[in-house]
Amino acid sequence: MTLWAAVDPWLAGPRSAELLFPLLALPVVGLLLAPLLGARGARLLALLNLAAGSVLALACALALVAADAPLIYPLGGWAAPLGVELRLDGPAAVMLVLTAVLLLLIGLHAAWEFSVPAMGRRATLGFWTLLLGVWAGLNGLFLGRDLFNLYVAIEVLTFSAVPMVCLKGHAAQLHAAFRYLLFALLGSALYLLGAGLMLGVHGTLDIAEIRAALDAGGTHPPDIGGHVRAASLAAVALMSTGLLAKTALMPLHLWLPPAHGGAPAPASAVLSALVVKGSFFLLLRLWLDLVPDLPELHVGLLLGGLGVFAILLGNLMALMQARLKLLVAYSTLAQLGYLFLVFPLASGASGGVASTAALVQVVSHALAKASLFLLAGRILTAFGHDRLPALGGFGRDMPLTLLVILLAGLALVGLPPSGGYLVKSLYAAAAAEQGAWWWPSALELGGLLSAAYLARILAIAVGPRAAAEATPAGPGVTAPLRGLVVPALLALGALLLGLLPPALVGVMDVARAGMASSGAVADVMRSALTPSGFWGSAGPVLAVALIVVLLHNAGASAWGRWLACVGHGLTGLEGWLRQWRTAGALLLLILFIQGWTAMG
Amino acid sequence: MPDFPLPVPLWADIPLALALLVLALWLTATRRDRAAVIGFTGYGLLAAIAWVRLGSVDVALTEAALGGGLMGLLLLTAAARLGERADQPRPAMPVRLLVGVLCLGVTLALAAVVLSLPAPAPNLVAAVAANQAATELGNPVAAVLIAFRAVDTMLESVVLALAVIVLWSFGADRAWGARPRTLDLGPPSPALMLLGRLLPPLGLIVGVHLFWTGADHPGGPFQGGAVLAAMAALLWLARLGEPPPVSDGLTRVGIVIGPLLFLLIGLAGAVIADAFLAYPEGLTKPLILLIEAAKTLSVAVALALLVAGPPELPAPAPARGETAAEPGGTV
Amino acid sequence: MTEAQIYGICGAGLVGIGLYGAILGRSALRRLLAFNLVGSGVFLIFGAIARRGGLAGGAASDPVPQALVITGLVVAFAATALAAALLIRLAAVERDEASARGKPEAAGAPSAPVAAPAKSTDPRTEQPATGQSGAGHS
Repeated sequence: MTLWAAVDPWLAGPRSAELLFPLLALPVVGLLLAPLLGARGARLLALLNLAAGSVLALACALALVAADAPLIYPLGGWAAPLGVELRLDGPAAVMLVLTAVLLLLIGLHAAWEFSVPAMGRRATLGFWTLLLGVWAGLNGLFLGRDLFNLYVAIEVLTFSAVPMVCLKGHAAQLHAAFRYLLFALLGSALYLLGAGLMLGVHGTLDIAEIRAALDAGGTHPPDIGGHVRAASLAAVALMSTGLLAKTALMPLHLWLPPAHGGAPAPASAVLSALVVKGSFFLLLRLWLDLVPDLPELHVGLLLGGLGVFAILLGNLMALMQARLKLLVAYSTLAQLGYLFLVFPLASGASGGVASTAALVQVVSHALAKASLFLLAGRILTAFGHDRLPALGGFGRDMPLTLLVILLAGLALVGLPPSGGYLVKSLYAAAAAEQGAWWWPSALELGGLLSAAYLARILAIAVGPRAAAEATPAGPGVTAPLRGLVVPALLALGALLLGLLPPALVGVMDVARAGMASSGAVADVMRSALTPSGFWGSAGPVLAVALIVVLLHNAGASAWGRWLACVGHGLTGLEGWLRQWRTAGALLLLILFIQGWTAMG
Repeated sequence: MPDFPLPVPLWADIPLALALLVLALWLTATRRDRAAVIGFTGYGLLAAIAWVRLGSVDVALTEAALGGGLMGLLLLTAAARLGERADQPRPAMPVRLLVGVLCLGVTLALAAVVLSLPAPAPNLVAAVAANQAATELGNPVAAVLIAFRAVDTMLESVVLALAVIVLWSFGADRAWGARPRTLDLGPPSPALMLLGRLLPPLGLIVGVHLFWTGADHPGGPFQGGAVLAAMAALLWLARLGEPPPVSDGLTRVGIVIGPLLFLLIGLAGAVIADAFLAYPEGLTKPLILLIEAAKTLSVAVALALLVAGPPELPAPAPARGETAAEPGGTV
Repeated sequence: MTEAQIYGICGAGLVGIGLYGAILGRSALRRLLAFNLVGSGVFLIFGAIARRGGLAGGAASDPVPQALVITGLVVAFAATALAAALLIRLAAVERDEASARGKPEAAGAPSAPVAAPAKSTDPRTEQPATGQSGAGHS
């Protein structure tokens, strides 16, 4: 019997749903064995585990495409509502593969940094155990369809993500970790409350069953089903607010800059690229899968509006940061805003296109941001700090690093054929169908602002060296070339995402009604690679970049004056938003507004 | 479980609920952290009574052991170590008003939703009862935890184990391999030493009994494990024993054995029985008891270690005479 | 009024009180305590739902929400343990970093939590930047 025939029942046959539970079991086994193997063994175990998991995730995707229907696995043989089921559909498959592969690559990159000789036993065992924990939590989030099972998965994720922030144990990082933990716990409490109300209203926690009940029963205007519908929407508003706190959508972002900016570089990469996307994925599930007729609710406008706010404020704040890692962290906040444009646009014929855009953004941003954080870590290691004003001329010492930074940055900015360009064009296509021109405008503006801070990094890199600081001996000593491999791979992946064959993109369509990803992507890319299409999007970017570089080199005074005028007020505003009490009050406000807009 | 008789009239619930609310208000308003923590322990015990009134004895046991007992110890040692420190200024009146109004709004909206839940209430009582026989367990809550929603229970055991490792990572690099010292709060009083000798044997019996009886009556691994953990903490507080060093292999095995065994049996179930986390017929009860025994051990070890804190190096002798707000040598 | 309704409303009240304490609490430990109040309120609402479901189904209480609450209680305990340990460790590290910088008065004030270290001019944030110079510096 050939190997192919042996695995056929799982890859293309009746047993393909059995591929799902190993994706939970594998990281958990690794997690539990890690403390038994000690720090050294944990590193090897984690990497082997992730490698096996990547293969498994790919197998799941293959099985899903072969089946062309969702794969459902009732755990323990008990079906919902009594038991808990796992479900794989297109977007989940994409996320599973992305998570496994990205964690594997980040792990390989971090294998030297988080080893016993370099970091000691405590941090090494901690890092690799937490990496597996993040993976376990994310897999649970992508595969789950029971609201409480998803809660437990979120908690696994949070408990693994928070300690990554303070692995090195400095006071600022411990403080950031505590804020992250407490805010995330409040979010979890709100989520759990919503799930409980759902159970009380429907008697089940299974997303599909609740959706069926809502479709059948509650209709607008209120009747017998009105109470049920109202209570369900209140519950969804609670869950959604909790998840917004965990996804750090501005203005609920108080914990993210210090946490992602202060964590060790590989940890920041994991946090920005994957952890925040987990709670976002759950938001998608809630609003797109559980709630019927989202388009008729105004909550999409609220979420989209907050997304635009995040894009603008996040990018502007990134422009003003003095530390590279904080710049990248604020860039994450802005890019998260792009994700939330799916909610106002997820209606009508173009709804599927918006969903495709959101998923492409998840993938593209994950790749590009992981690359940027790993590169920031590389600079930090080489120079001992990441203060941009004192990094003048670093491009001369580390030209390849600068090149990869530019590649990753261009993917974020949205130059064709990058993932960022796909996202902008797909959203534009979806918005055009609805005549909502303001969403794509916000995206364009965001892209230009991203270009601005990318250009600022470039200007600093090729500019004069800061006088007082002499660069320490040879960055080549502490930043060997092997540290460029993974970031370069990721950056190229993000930059060339648009060149993927449309059929591959079509994987995310499986088991989702109304999505036509491969067609949409093909349409968008057709115009992208023509000269007019290319320069149409690249032109403004280059113009902005040029302006920024010139301004920067015109002297610190010009830059400084601009900063002082505009920046001061914005920084003050953003600092006020990041105060605990402000964020807490806004959390409740957003809860009420969501509930109110959800109920129409 | 048969119908739970409620001889206590309804008017006992309103005072209890009011007491909970008033105590919660006091906890939030009082100025001293230590008083708030002690009040919180009392709150946990009152909440346990509330759970009995709600007919959920399993939850009442868990709340009393975890929420009242262990949580109180945890927060009390934290309050002792942190001292009274306010890191935020007193909020201005407009801020307090705004947040107060928002919170009141949340309460009212929640109360409205709770009062308008559909009747007859949708429930899974019948589904559980119908399928309970397959699990050979008499306690429906245990059946739900170990069979129907086994994955949640397994993941939650994993969360406990993960939490211990994370807790250990909060120690200093230099202290890796040392013993946890958060419970090392100074020489124990004679009363504490007496309790430390009297209670643990009783607690051991109670804990094991809770685990064993949980199969058919209220109780179970979490409740039993929590009692055992409390006894271990008592021993450490009374300095009749020391928490194990974090590098101790046997301790690490104890932490992971519960979830690991659960997972391995679940994987075996994928091959032998129907599915992952299913139990083969005929072997159901023995396997479940085996899993629960291992889980009790792991829960006890994990909860005790969570209270014991991260590893620390012993303090230099002179520092020990200081107030409790100055912990020994935590470098 | 049934006891489910009474404790359901009680739970709603606890959630509100806990949220107030979590947002406006004066010390980190109090905010943590308040989070536990929120959790307790959430669980009581679960309990009310369990009671209603149980009575409707002919038992004392619906076992599924009970099981969920037990799981939630354990998770909340683990979370509190981690948060408390973070606070203790933070206090200790701040003390050490302050004495290392030679500023005795900084030992009592646990940082400026309201404006977290976003701009690098705060010397406190210099520490992690220099401390993160990778190999050999842990």
